[in-house]
Amino acid sequence: MANYPLNGYRVVDFSWVWAGPLLGEILADMGAEVIKVETNKRLDSARLTPGRSTVGPETDFVFHSINRNKLGITVDMSESRGMALISELIRISDVALDNFSPQGLRKLGLAYENLSKINPQLVMISLPAAGQYGPLSNIVTYAPSLGALCGYSSLIGYPGERVLGEQTPYLDVTSAIHGAFAVLSALYYRERTGKGQYIDMAQIEVGASVIGEAFMEYFMTGRVLGTMGNRSPTMAPHNNYPCQGEDRWVSIAVNTEEEWRSFCAAMGNPPWVKEKRFSDKFNRQKNLEELDRLVSAWTIGLSYYDVMHILQKAGVAAAPCLDLMERFSDPHYSERGTHLQVEHPATGVDIIAGIPFKLSGMPAEVRLHAPLLGEHNDYVFRELLGKPESEIAQLIEEKVIN
Amino acid sequence: MAEQALSGLKIIEYGNCISAPYCTKLMADLGAEVIKIEEPGSGDESRWHGPFLNDEPHPEKSGFFLYLNTNKLGITLNVKTKTGQKILKQLLRDTDVLVENNQPKQMADLGLDYSSLKEINPQLIVTSITPYGQTGPYKDYKGYSLNTAGLGGQTMRTGELQREPLAPPLSQSNYQSGAMAATATMGAIFARRSDGEGRHVDISEAEIWATIHLGHGVHLGVFEGRKSIRSGHRTISVYPWCILPCKDGYMCLIAIQGFQWKRFLEAMGTPEWMADPRFRDRIVVALEYADEMDAMVEALIIGETKDELFEICRRDQITFAPVRSIDEVANDPHFKERGYFVEKNRAKTGMLKYPGAPYKLSQTPWKLSRPAPLLGEHNEEIYCGRLGYTREDLVRLRRSGII
Repeated sequence: MANYPLNGYRVVDFSWVWAGPLLGEILADMGAEVIKVETNKRLDSARLTPGRSTVGPETDFVFHSINRNKLGITVDMSESRGMALISELIRISDVALDNFSPQGLRKLGLAYENLSKINPQLVMISLPAAGQYGPLSNIVTYAPSLGALCGYSSLIGYPGERVLGEQTPYLDVTSAIHGAFAVLSALYYRERTGKGQYIDMAQIEVGASVIGEAFMEYFMTGRVLGTMGNRSPTMAPHNNYPCQGEDRWVSIAVNTEEEWRSFCAAMGNPPWVKEKRFSDKFNRQKNLEELDRLVSAWTIGLSYYDVMHILQKAGVAAAPCLDLMERFSDPHYSERGTHLQVEHPATGVDIIAGIPFKLSGMPAEVRLHAPLLGEHNDYVFRELLGKPESEIAQLIEEKVIN
Repeated sequence: MAEQALSGLKIIEYGNCISAPYCTKLMADLGAEVIKIEEPGSGDESRWHGPFLNDEPHPEKSGFFLYLNTNKLGITLNVKTKTGQKILKQLLRDTDVLVENNQPKQMADLGLDYSSLKEINPQLIVTSITPYGQTGPYKDYKGYSLNTAGLGGQTMRTGELQREPLAPPLSQSNYQSGAMAATATMGAIFARRSDGEGRHVDISEAEIWATIHLGHGVHLGVFEGRKSIRSGHRTISVYPWCILPCKDGYMCLIAIQGFQWKRFLEAMGTPEWMADPRFRDRIVVALEYADEMDAMVEALIIGETKDELFEICRRDQITFAPVRSIDEVANDPHFKERGYFVEKNRAKTGMLKYPGAPYKLSQTPWKLSRPAPLLGEHNEEIYCGRLGYTREDLVRLRRSGII
């Protein structure tokens, strides 16, 4: 058996949609036995993401990607016998994970006070929008509303223009990564002391933490940062420039004077680079729009990959802005296994995201396809919890296991 | 001192700017001992970036540096000299984790690549954060946050279609890779528990975007030939999913479920919009009538403040939220009640407020025990106290530019 970091750890994953399941994914990728708790009564909406051309809860690649390496059971937790099964599972697990609202959590009887009585060594994390307490703790939100509430969205837009905000689930993913770190830290503490604990994570506080410098700016100077486009306070050029083809862009960032000279030489030293208005960083910042226009006039005649290779050879940071298919076929990503193809009983083969980190000695592969609904009911209820087959059959019959 | 989650873990940071410092900040804030190595004289580059206290540029007054280096010890060491390398290796003998964000080639040139370090301390975990990773054709390429967000795909999701796409603000690629590095480092620590062996942790900044952030949708490109469409202040998937101006700023309006939209229109007294056959299907609205709808909604909310609208939304459980500006968040009652922003005194900058805990651990709380180190603040403590150098050695090392 390959040496996965979390071999032997068991996680009960009550979460759904995006942030929580991604946190579970990180733990599952590290080898933990992550058991995703679902119910047919209310499907995880990630099983039915909008716009898929194939339909049905078993064929959604998004779900398959964010729930790979997990086991799946179906239990109706609104039934007391369902909750009894969950309690038994909690007793033999190390971590519980949820992204319910604080009220929802309590209503289901999954509050940490209850679960820690069953298993005092349990590490539990909840990652709702705004945490377990505070005036916003009962808000209902989606990822973009979180970006709005923590100040992140206010920074996104063309410099000085209206706020555009972010349309990706950026904060969900950021929260998942930070949350996995918090869980592992709490487990590390438990290994030394035998004590479990509860992690109250507010996604909007994670959002504020990754823009910490904006708050420092406000506290130290009183300035309130707003929309900033691609501008950098310290680099120029620093933008995405148009290239040959439709909607093709290359990112170029020039930091030091040495990089600026290399950049000019790589463009063939056109006469304008000698002009006084571009002579140093201060002047380049002051004449940024003109500078961007002149750089664009050079990039537009080249492919975005060519610009990268030309500039990188000269020691200048440049990379194409890639979209879906372009990332899939990029040679660097191909060599690193950034995307994986995994067999799945309902689709044949899934194309999913690769493992987001590499540890020497740990295969950067997927061990298990994302679970079918209730795929591991038998393993969990019969093998792990030791329920006789007749009892399981009855629970299925009465839709407790469902 | 009370035991924290990561108490006892010894970490050396040989990094610069954001990614490695943010990684070790997360660990130091939960109690790990982090010794930060800085270049003698100039220190971490982030000392020279603003914001500066009262806009007075000074390497001990950079808020950027102060935020990213809380709870760490700081020493200076010129690792580019032979003696510097020797001292670093001495330190690494009794260290759990080295976190670095240098180019792979540079680490190899200094004799500090993983295979060399493993010989010194087989239990050492080396966490390397680079723009593109330790392998692959671009491994020696340069990349700032802008470039890795581009290659990673995040950039093509934001901005207006006819204009340049927008990378995420404030070097987000560096924060993402730093956080993932902290997580993966903890993974390596658990792996080491079972076999006693160190690990090399390879974090590629571009790959964080391409995998956990955006890799889940790549099949849409491969199988359906789809492209991501950036559509400015809204998406084209469903209406409303947009940001629109109100009286004193912007509101984020998003309703994935129809009833949320219905509740909003009822609350605003315009339920008849629902009856208009053009607006019945919100996917059609997003594709065909979005401009028209935007204008109607804007007229509806332009006379109301963010707080007034938010109150209505909270009353009726509508999933909309105000776009808070940085100062509003800094003074927000919710963040205040949870004690998110914390105050700390420090030489050179005095009492300052800092963003605080991204998570609250019930037994072992996040804590700001010490502010970011002054340049070389702990030289004597580490070199004399731990490695056994004398004060005279310290003078000599200083004069030869090594510390």
